[in-house]
Amino acid sequence: MSVNPALLSESPAQLDTPLRRSLRTFLRNRSAVGAVGVVLLFVLIAIFAPWIAPHDPNDTDLLRRLQPPVWIEGGEWTYLLGCDALGRDLLSRIIYGSRVSIFIGTAVVVLATGIGIVAGLLAGYLRGWVDTVISRLVDILLAFPYLLFAIGLMAMMGPGLENIILALAYKEWVIPCRLVRGETLALREVEYVEAARAVGAPAWYIMAREILPNILSPVIVVSTIRMAHVIILEASLSFLGIGVQPPTASWGSLVADGRSFIMDAWWISTFSGFAILALVLAINVASQGLRDAFDPRLQE
Amino acid sequence: MNLGKFIERLLHLVPVLLGVSLIAFLMMAVTPGDPVEIMLGDQQVTEEQRIALREDMGLDLPLPQRFGHFLKNAVTGDFGISYFHRRPVSQVILERMPATIELTLVSLLVALLVAIPLGVLAAVKKNTLFDRVATLGSLMGISLPGFWFGLLLILFFGVTLQILPVSGRSDLGSSIAPVTHFLLIDTLLVGNLAAFRSAVAHLVMPALTLGLPMAAVLMRVTRTSMLEVLRQDYVTFAEAKGLAPMRVLFRHALKNALIPTVTVAALEVGSLLGGSMIVETVFGWPGLGRVVVESIFTRNYPLIQASILLYAVIYVLLNFLADILYTVLNPRVRL
Repeated sequence: MSVNPALLSESPAQLDTPLRRSLRTFLRNRSAVGAVGVVLLFVLIAIFAPWIAPHDPNDTDLLRRLQPPVWIEGGEWTYLLGCDALGRDLLSRIIYGSRVSIFIGTAVVVLATGIGIVAGLLAGYLRGWVDTVISRLVDILLAFPYLLFAIGLMAMMGPGLENIILALAYKEWVIPCRLVRGETLALREVEYVEAARAVGAPAWYIMAREILPNILSPVIVVSTIRMAHVIILEASLSFLGIGVQPPTASWGSLVADGRSFIMDAWWISTFSGFAILALVLAINVASQGLRDAFDPRLQE
Repeated sequence: MNLGKFIERLLHLVPVLLGVSLIAFLMMAVTPGDPVEIMLGDQQVTEEQRIALREDMGLDLPLPQRFGHFLKNAVTGDFGISYFHRRPVSQVILERMPATIELTLVSLLVALLVAIPLGVLAAVKKNTLFDRVATLGSLMGISLPGFWFGLLLILFFGVTLQILPVSGRSDLGSSIAPVTHFLLIDTLLVGNLAAFRSAVAHLVMPALTLGLPMAAVLMRVTRTSMLEVLRQDYVTFAEAKGLAPMRVLFRHALKNALIPTVTVAALEVGSLLGGSMIVETVFGWPGLGRVVVESIFTRNYPLIQASILLYAVIYVLLNFLADILYTVLNPRVRL
């Protein structure tokens, strides 16, 4: 009997694990890796905003009202992208705006994924009335158009950072919940889960230690896809004037600020919106790469 | 389709619709601020009048009873008085809804017209430059913030080229007697081509803003399902029989490949309705979405509540319709 010599020379630690294979597939996808780089760049900009921004984002100077970007006559190097209607530096406001988008996007997705995992595990594993209640609630929440639901909640709770996070998370959790429920339903019947049940492991242990680790990769992939969606929703709420309130700079409200001056000062809305597009596109490309590498089943 | 299954599926809607109504009710019932005070605004009234109004609005009743009243009234289309318009909410909704429906349907048409040919071509030319560009385009489409894209269109077509109107529904619409309340149809009914052209011109940018992101989603669905269908034996057989490639594509493959596209399109109409709030705000479109956004600032809660309920009910019914449509189009799937 012949033995593959490569297998003999490899220690168990060197054997190819699914995680390593997925990571290699992901790293081969150049556009996805580039997109991760862009996302990381935005994160760094958000973290180091006070050091990077050339000016205080809330410093007004009416003499610089609607000052154009540097390459247009009247612009100057110290105000690279020009100024808004109150003479505030646009670049600094865009840099600070990244903090709001990234913070809200991350907070909503983390909160919603946490709730969704717990609810989905309970519904999928315990079944019975717990599943009926959770699944009905999911059906009901899915019936509301997302933005309208968030608008209704914001009208109820009033504007503010915490309220935006809550307004978006109230509906967002149903997405991971549905996914986790489906995966749990499939996994609760497999041998190793049945074996754990047979030796008397409690339900919480089986959910947390046997099922959860095996469903995390699709959950993470879907969470990254949802992050892009949440960032656009937050920007939409801020654009409508019911999200982040002035003078705090947020990309959505910057686009709204520039809307009144679109004829004379197109740069305000254009550059602010471009920042949203760049971040959201990068997240979408990266999450598509993650999906292809870590969970190809999720492809359309 | 089995009638029993159809009725069973229909009955499933009842708890969802009840839950949707409960959430819409609670959302506004627990909102801080006294509805009587908001409704009265600056009007000076006596305490007795205030109490009478409170009783009239049913605000003195316990919450479960108030929900019962809300449900009963909602079924009959009575959503109270719009604080801002001083008219029944249902009247304001009926007035504004046609503009929103018109915009939504034209956007859906734009989305389908863009998505289907591009999706089919991307599948046929898989892994070519065209496919890659189309895929990148669809990624751009789903990443575009609608409000920004709308402003860019205004900047380009409205401000720079000055070939399209930037706001409103028509320049000549007010002179047209409403028959269906859909301006495109009404202008044609009276044979006023200038008004029709104006209505079309006003629709172009809002419909593109709303329709293109949806086209991005539908294009991906069409491409994927087309690829799936092209791998099927019956397509290979049709090709082996020597049928012309175009005939195989359009007569044999496309019919089946469009089933998921049509289903997703039906589902996405709900998202279009949701997205119309942004587009209507950007383009000053006189639809329901814009009134809802304005209502937040005037604290016109009955109108927000009624709109949330209405949109959710439409969405639930569209979902139901999509399910049925999928079963009808694809008999292998059972409800």
